[in-house]
Amino acid sequence: MKSEADERGMFGQYGGRFVPEMLISALDELVEASERILADPAFRAELDALLRDYAGRPTPLTYAKRLTEQLGGAKVYLKREDLAHTGAHKINNVLGQALLARYMGKTRIIAETGAGQHGVASATAAALLGLECDVYMGAEDVRRQALNVFRMELLGARCIPVTSGSQTLKDAINEAMRDWVTNVEHTYYCIGSVMGPHPYPTMVRNFQRVIGLEARSQILAVEGRLPDVLVACVGGGSNAIGLFHPFVEDEGVRMIGVEPGGEGLQSGRHGATITAGVPGIFHGKRTLVLSDDDGQIFPAHSISAGLDYPGVGPEHAHLKDIGRAEYVVATDDEALEAFQRLSRTEGIIPALESSHAIAHVLKLAPTLPKDAIVLVNLSGRGDKDVDEVRSILAAREREAH
Amino acid sequence: MGRIHDHFEKLRAKGEKALVPFLTAGDPDLETTEALVLAMVEAGADVIELGVPFSDPTAEGPTIQRSSARALARGTSLRAILRLVDRLRPKVDVPLVLMGYANPIHAMGGKAFATAAAEVGVDGIIIPDLTPEDGKPWLDPCREAGIDPILLASPTTRPERLAMLVRETRGFLYYVSLQGVTGARSALARGIEEKVRLAQSLGDVPVCVGFGVGTPEHAATIGAFADGVVVGSAIVDRIEAAASKEAAVEDVARFVASLKAPLRG
Repeated sequence: MKSEADERGMFGQYGGRFVPEMLISALDELVEASERILADPAFRAELDALLRDYAGRPTPLTYAKRLTEQLGGAKVYLKREDLAHTGAHKINNVLGQALLARYMGKTRIIAETGAGQHGVASATAAALLGLECDVYMGAEDVRRQALNVFRMELLGARCIPVTSGSQTLKDAINEAMRDWVTNVEHTYYCIGSVMGPHPYPTMVRNFQRVIGLEARSQILAVEGRLPDVLVACVGGGSNAIGLFHPFVEDEGVRMIGVEPGGEGLQSGRHGATITAGVPGIFHGKRTLVLSDDDGQIFPAHSISAGLDYPGVGPEHAHLKDIGRAEYVVATDDEALEAFQRLSRTEGIIPALESSHAIAHVLKLAPTLPKDAIVLVNLSGRGDKDVDEVRSILAAREREAH
Repeated sequence: MGRIHDHFEKLRAKGEKALVPFLTAGDPDLETTEALVLAMVEAGADVIELGVPFSDPTAEGPTIQRSSARALARGTSLRAILRLVDRLRPKVDVPLVLMGYANPIHAMGGKAFATAAAEVGVDGIIIPDLTPEDGKPWLDPCREAGIDPILLASPTTRPERLAMLVRETRGFLYYVSLQGVTGARSALARGIEEKVRLAQSLGDVPVCVGFGVGTPEHAATIGAFADGVVVGSAIVDRIEAAASKEAAVEDVARFVASLKAPLRG
């Protein structure tokens, strides 16, 4: 079994290019440039050097010994993307795209950001490569992630609050697309996940595959075999596809994506696009979306700003269709619990996004035999969430009294 | 050939250019939209573009973003807009075109939408996020039902692609005058005439120019070479600024008449 898009960027019935005519020539240019430049050994060598000497790759694979013992089932390994420069897997994609932008002769990159991780990573790469950088961020997220806003500014980028719509990630993408349409000649749109029109979902996945490629050789080195289960959180889905893709043809390896269950699927306040969504056309691609009967997109909800997105990468929708990957949900409360559990048990504070993956491992590992291996992508670190979690826990403390 | 084709033929015979006003259906409510359409037709509008509001209109500037949000807040749905067309159809003989993003149509289903839209008398459809390649499953049923899929071309469209768009579009080709989102601008973009003449030379289909066209002076300039002029945000701005619904209808009618005047030749 393989998972590759056709020449129009379709993964089965999902993907493609659903954008205004004004962007078609830019996408054609991107397809041509990416085919030419990404195959260039000089580009590859420069990117590999950046990933190694700047981003800190390969990231370690950590055996979570105490957590494994507490759960009493499968052995749990953590792929430590939290240790990559800027604190999340986002840097893998951004270094690739920003370098590509420079090879294409673009002088400015724009990006959207939810939690701020992709914005910080974009600002970082722009500073490193001498590119101008503007980051669109929903006003609601600007409030939730004030520290990341300041980080972007420190790095020399401009963070533009978006006040339209639900003021979250989807609206930031709308604004970024409007900017791109307007400034397409000198501006490169650095999309942060495996979404948007073709070729982005394939290109971003290929930049993130490094996660799975490393994890594969690392687990083979320590265990001498492939893992039984891969677990990763899914918002847009780039960290998950990066981990999954190098294992797609190993059909004995289960792949589980964990979606944000928010306040529970019944509440309607969640971001579980694959579990509870319908096919739709949104942000340049056909995929599963959260939409009402009239085709209006409704805002997602999650405790983690980075998963707060009412669409999902088309390749995930396809992997679900063909039954190669499974998708489950973890609620806000479960993620919050996992956030604290991993902190206390392993001395690792995970991002709230990654806490969703951990939350599922807490349920799954005890049901598996002791010789089973679960490999979970710890896609980012939780420093950015400490303030938010502190105020949520304090509010709950007050309510309890 | 449909009503759009026939209408452009009539204009061509009279030496006139088409005025294609746009407004967002349901802003501020569907009753006012109905009154606005009747008043615009009375004032000389040749083709009416009814915007179907969408939650995430990525090609729109602030004006139409706001009008879409207002219309959605009133609960305006695609089905309600089709009922509006049904009410308007016996009252006006100009072509009625829907302009909206793909997802509401996708949610209804390509065939179901085409059947329902043809039944109430929709003449054309503009779906900015559907290209002729990826949009086939939704555009083909429209064409088969007798609804013209009107395609866009832009300043960055490459020549060989422009030829394809001229061949594939029905009714007219919508030439986007500038690289950007919708919205009235003080000055027209440069190089429009050259591109429009190129498009006209590639086929027989009329070429209308929109995006950033907002004054009678703009209309006069564009009408000198293009087959029609699309004006959207400048009309929506007036609806937004009006003190009352009646004032909106009056003001828009006056404005439409002033836009049409230089197009009468």
